Amino acid sequence: MSDEDETALKRTPLYDLHLGLGAKMVPFAGYEMPVQYPLGVLKEHQHTRAKAGLFDVSHMGQVVLRARDPQAAARALETLVPVDVLGLGEGRQRYGFFTNDHGGIEDDLMIANRGDHLFLVVNAACKQADIARLRAALEPDVQVKEITTRALLALQGPAAEAVLAEHYPAIAEMSFMDVATLPLGGAECWVSRSGYTGEDGFEISVPEAAAADLARALLAHDDVEAIGLGARDSLRLEGGLCLYGHDIDSDTTPVSAGLTWAMQKVRRPGGTREGGFPGAEAIFSELAESCAQKRVGLAPEGRAPMREGVEIFADKEGGAPVGRVTSGGFGPTVGAPVAMGYVSTALSTEGTVLYGEVRGKRLPVRVAKLPFVPQGFKR
Amino acid sequence: MKFTEEHEWLDADGDVVTVGISAHAAEQLGDVVFVELPEVGTSVNKDDEVVVIESVKAASDILAPIDGEIVEVNEAIVEDPGKVNEDPEGESWFFRVKAEDLSQMDDYMDEAAYKNFIG
Repeated sequence: MSDEDETALKRTPLYDLHLGLGAKMVPFAGYEMPVQYPLGVLKEHQHTRAKAGLFDVSHMGQVVLRARDPQAAARALETLVPVDVLGLGEGRQRYGFFTNDHGGIEDDLMIANRGDHLFLVVNAACKQADIARLRAALEPDVQVKEITTRALLALQGPAAEAVLAEHYPAIAEMSFMDVATLPLGGAECWVSRSGYTGEDGFEISVPEAAAADLARALLAHDDVEAIGLGARDSLRLEGGLCLYGHDIDSDTTPVSAGLTWAMQKVRRPGGTREGGFPGAEAIFSELAESCAQKRVGLAPEGRAPMREGVEIFADKEGGAPVGRVTSGGFGPTVGAPVAMGYVSTALSTEGTVLYGEVRGKRLPVRVAKLPFVPQGFKR
Repeated sequence: MKFTEEHEWLDADGDVVTVGISAHAAEQLGDVVFVELPEVGTSVNKDDEVVVIESVKAASDILAPIDGEIVEVNEAIVEDPGKVNEDPEGESWFFRVKAEDLSQMDDYMDEAAYKNFIG
């Protein structure tokens, strides 16, 4: 990498803390981010599932939507996402995605109703495009404000609640996908009970000046370790969660991606606010008639990981590919390789044995249920 | 013990050369989760891809550092790939090759030169 590229990389408010912890830093979505700490990817993964892991996700985009009438902001956002935003209660969050005219997914995001405004968390690599899309569609009636003065931390794992309760006991009252404004580390934090690991946990938007101190306070707990992007990826993969740009993109639709659960009834055919988002026609036609390919879990039967790009075949020899792996690697909790990808709908039934071509050899892989590990959410 | 620029080590006992990866390489790879070894009896030429090793991060090939015939492989690291990270320059060797021409080892670095090479 040239010096120019390095200087162009942005740093999060926790950059110095990462270096102090001995992190290996890598460029990711325009930021210098920790891919792993001295503990290593495998142990970081296992620690998060057993206790609690602290992630710096400050590279993600944080956006506030505000209108004189909060309902107007929700109504406006519904023109971009096939999600019931108007029906999202105050203090609640839900998953969604921006669609395009073909019904493809432009980005996935979290949408929180924080009373007088909506708070969105979008992917780092897509945030400029997302903000431009929001501005073009919503302004001037709705103010679109990128929040650049806050870090975003995620505390994930079965011990997350107990760790945060030492700072704020009432945290235990929050349920999965609740959001609240809480004082943590002496700062006003915007907290949601959610995450990207398949475990119970919290995401904490914290003013940047208070971020490193809060992170240090959380890391001081015996049950908490700092976790890098490497383990974040294997955790979310075992959790069956999509990575934008890999498992979902502008060519995959919510129907083929198996994400129709995020499209509430009111936005579907026959609903009171049916359609009205980009690509509604294409998505509704797939809902009625099914689609060519579906996203599935893929469990290689041998030990060789099947990584992104591996082609899937119906037979051990010959024939054209019937699918491809979009994310894959070793699942430390499963103790075996795990993957997800797209296969022909006719071959997408759980238990179907297909073949992934790895280094010229076709190795058996079974269509598997997602997630690969039980979810630890506190509903 | 000799080292290659590909971060393999070679240790000759007579004309049988044991091959593994350096501690530096094991650390750079991260946690190893999969190892595929050649079959005993395979004839290999220098720079043939003989081993596939996958870590939590990526897949890498290991090249034969010398011409010869594979006479033994370390099944223990296939059963438990994590062993590669535990003792890469000792117990977790990869394969043994009966060398055709031991002078091929002369091109490789000694330990001091390798340490200098990895900085």
